[in-house]
Amino acid sequence: MAYLLIRRTLGFVLTLFAVSVVVFAAMNILPGDPALTILGLDATDDALAALRAELGLNDPPLIRYLHWVGAALTGDFGVSHSFGVPVSGLIAERLPLTVSLAVSGMVVTVAAALALGIAAAANRGRAGDWAVMFLSQIGVAVPAFWLSMLLVLLFAVTLRWLPPGGFPGWEEPAAAARALILPTVSLALVQSAVLARVTRSSALEVMRLDYVRTARAAGFSRRRVLWRHVLPNALIPIVTIVGMQFAALVTGTIVIENVFYLPGLGRLVFQAISNRDLPTVQALVTLFAAIVVTANFVVDLLYLAIDPRLKARS
Amino acid sequence: MKRVAPNLLIGGVLVALVVGVAALSLVWTPYDHAVLNVRGKFQGPSLAHWLGSDQLGRDVLSQLMVAARNSMTVALISVLVGGTIGVALGLTAAALGGLVEEAIMRVADIGFAFPALLFAIMLAASLGPSLWNAVAAIAFINIPIFARVARASANQIWTREYVLAARAAGLGRFAISRDHILPNIAAPVIVQATIEFAVAILAEAALSYLGLGAQPPAPSWGRMLSEAQTLMYQAPQLAIYPGLCIVAAVLGFSLLGDGLRDATDPRLARAR
Repeated sequence: MAYLLIRRTLGFVLTLFAVSVVVFAAMNILPGDPALTILGLDATDDALAALRAELGLNDPPLIRYLHWVGAALTGDFGVSHSFGVPVSGLIAERLPLTVSLAVSGMVVTVAAALALGIAAAANRGRAGDWAVMFLSQIGVAVPAFWLSMLLVLLFAVTLRWLPPGGFPGWEEPAAAARALILPTVSLALVQSAVLARVTRSSALEVMRLDYVRTARAAGFSRRRVLWRHVLPNALIPIVTIVGMQFAALVTGTIVIENVFYLPGLGRLVFQAISNRDLPTVQALVTLFAAIVVTANFVVDLLYLAIDPRLKARS
Repeated sequence: MKRVAPNLLIGGVLVALVVGVAALSLVWTPYDHAVLNVRGKFQGPSLAHWLGSDQLGRDVLSQLMVAARNSMTVALISVLVGGTIGVALGLTAAALGGLVEEAIMRVADIGFAFPALLFAIMLAASLGPSLWNAVAAIAFINIPIFARVARASANQIWTREYVLAARAAGLGRFAISRDHILPNIAAPVIVQATIEFAVAILAEAALSYLGLGAQPPAPSWGRMLSEAQTLMYQAPQLAIYPGLCIVAAVLGFSLLGDGLRDATDPRLARAR
């Protein structure tokens, strides 16, 4: 157990390190001169040279990388070219929105998927099962940003129940919550389609096992057996997918924030791209990739916690 | 006669339809997709324009057809390039084993930290947004996926007796990989390619929607949707058609992929 834990943690740290190298390389070693990108094609040679010196672009890549990582580890991601303020401040300001969106999306996804998946498995082969399977098959093929547009078309343009986009700020909690309803649903619908399928097949797998029949024979109700006996053992593949989905949800927020004009990290990264604000893009891409890696790491840890076989082996 | 599985049938029909339309757009579209006709903008469906016209009076059906071709091209190139590199890496890992295998697979793990969107964002920030950057980003995320599939399948084949026989006959690891392993892992690789084709279509649409893929005036379903979004009050129908095309294409390839997997791997089919 301890050995596995150390191994996983080491792997996690190494992957984070590798991620920072990849991001740095992609943003700094690929052709393209950051100074030229910032100043534009009309810039004079003198101005370019001065900016290169200021940005430390004349240092060897390894030195620049070490500077960047060293500062990033203390929470210093440099200064945004376009906003003229520290990138860390920009991130702190917009993080709450993105986190709320991702977390509420995950909660809705898991709740909807477990309910639908278990219901489908319990009604295997009947109309309810077919409906869930059919909807989830379609759901997997629907782009989240198109679904958002359809929801806006229905609930904002036609029915006028909810705002089509924008964010009023946290000072008005009720309005803020209303602004997050459509984005959350858009994020969650597609992901819960995937998860409902996994839940269903995993539950069906477990329902075939002898101990489930024994539990039923012992007189436990169908419902109790389903939730107390089947679900816990069906959770292992579900947890894997949930971990992968959390990563998908976090990158999904990038898209959804741009659909609904929500001022979170995803919107920030696109503002930074169009302003050619490399330090901000670099910090945000690293942050998003780190979240993905961390989600995978947490899944690994959860495995150790819920799969008794892994405990026994070590 | 053996009954064809429904997912294979529906998937096959949808794929044939989308690929057929994409191919047709090479030789014929109702109108030139790029011709503007400002006086005839926002037309509803009519005999002249089956799906109406957009904010610049361009024929929507013609644009959708050319967009289908662009989408298929992006998916084909990115899956082919990413798949080839990935399969080569997976075969190498399985053939050499030991530290080399460990190293290749750990590096592949790092690739999983970068969804296509993040990769495209990095490329767009350092090189400027373009369709080729989108292709590169989608191809890149396919490498670790195919490396894993190829390695897992190849490792199974390496234990077979005919491979032992080939080794005993003095065939090298490279020759065995090419002559015996590759043909025998073709089925799972093709299944994966079909599924990744669907993923690539979705990714291209999302990237183009966000402005990181197809640039104006190249028609793309994703870009058509981003233009339609600003016109939702005037012309909601423009937000419908491109989305339906994406769903048809993605659904087609993912059903076909599922169907092919069930057909080639009966063990999985039974478990479902």
